[in-house]
Amino acid sequence: MGGLPAGAIERTEHDYALWEKRVDALMMLLSSKDRRLLSVDELRRNIESLGADAYDKMTYYERWIYAITQTLIQRGVITVDELGRKIKVVRDREEQRG
Amino acid sequence: MSHEHEHAKEPLHVHRNPPRPDQDDTLTYYRAMEAAVRELLIDKGVITAEDVRRQVEDLDGRNAGRGAQMVARAWLDPAYKERMLADGAEAAEEIGFDVGPLKLIVVENTPGVHNVIVCTLCSCYPRMLLGLPPDWYKSRNYRSRVVREPRRVLAEFGTVIPDDVQIRVHDSTADMRYLVAPMRPEGTENWSEAELARLVTRDSMIGVALADRASR
Amino acid sequence: MNSAARSKSSGTAKSNVADAVAPRFHVGDRVTVRAAYPIGHVRTPSYVRGKHGVIERLCGTYPNPEELAYARPGLPKLPLYRVRFLQRDVWPDYTGQPADVVEVEIYQHWLETEGQAR
Repeated sequence: MGGLPAGAIERTEHDYALWEKRVDALMMLLSSKDRRLLSVDELRRNIESLGADAYDKMTYYERWIYAITQTLIQRGVITVDELGRKIKVVRDREEQRG
Repeated sequence: MSHEHEHAKEPLHVHRNPPRPDQDDTLTYYRAMEAAVRELLIDKGVITAEDVRRQVEDLDGRNAGRGAQMVARAWLDPAYKERMLADGAEAAEEIGFDVGPLKLIVVENTPGVHNVIVCTLCSCYPRMLLGLPPDWYKSRNYRSRVVREPRRVLAEFGTVIPDDVQIRVHDSTADMRYLVAPMRPEGTENWSEAELARLVTRDSMIGVALADRASR
Repeated sequence: MNSAARSKSSGTAKSNVADAVAPRFHVGDRVTVRAAYPIGHVRTPSYVRGKHGVIERLCGTYPNPEELAYARPGLPKLPLYRVRFLQRDVWPDYTGQPADVVEVEIYQHWLETEGQAR
């Protein structure tokens, strides 16, 4: 990405939402020495495979949770089926909360 | 805030900014994914909810104070400074900061050299010492431009580097993380380490700013 | 091999493979970054490929991130160097000062002695 044409740097900063901090936490916990369930290299590779327009369509932590999930699937820690079912459980629960 | 003669000051311990809209009220797809993955991993006994809570708490407690303390100590103690420049991780651990497997390189600003840090490939950052990086550091614009036109980018941050000062841009492409040790401001003779540390801003340790001027 | 000797060796298939590739370059060597453009996970930024610089330091030897990216061990470890480039050698239209530099960590297999890379 270095050297590509780009515009003004926005100086805004945002406080991190709880879900974003949890993504960060997951990354730290899973890559730790005693678990080693993913590596930063695999995460980076998965983010790179999203393509350049991922930077327009997804936020930083959206890209990272995508990469964490993809890596865990690649490693066989979770299955696609488990993921699909659990996402539905989470969304149904949220919906019930109104 | 004027940028012509004053670089931005940011208090280290105050959260001033609201979360982005839609962060906490709508459950986007990726927020649901985070919850799903976290819950699956807890179900499988890979992590516990307490692990996550503690990690988040740790993150919340981390700001640029650690890096600032290292720089302030180096200003006061030349032998510490030499050790810090030789091995940043060990120098951090000397103060009691566990930086884990981090390989830290501290680069020193001098009257002839100004350093600035970027990670063009992703957004690597010495989080253990500075906390989470600001949005702009991770932005496409910063990562594309600072490596190619550092003087212009720094000027946009309100930092004008004279022509006779060399700019060194450090692109952290591997497992090294970088911290800039800004120059000690004038008028700080006899200041304590804690007082000096307050002048060392996060932005000065990234290299887009100088340390704050002494105001007392 | 008796059990004592076996316990000293680093493993079975690995025991005859060097743990790390020997460093080729020294501080001050002039090097060129190979102008290769594979797909896959590469930590050599595009903007320095094909450019020449100077070895600033040997950072150590590390497993190859190109392999780690696919959950492979990345052995043998590879020498990693900090390479210093003059900005005006990297960007044809660089508008800063002639002494300005950019420093990048690059793995040995991406570097050639200056003049030998194509």
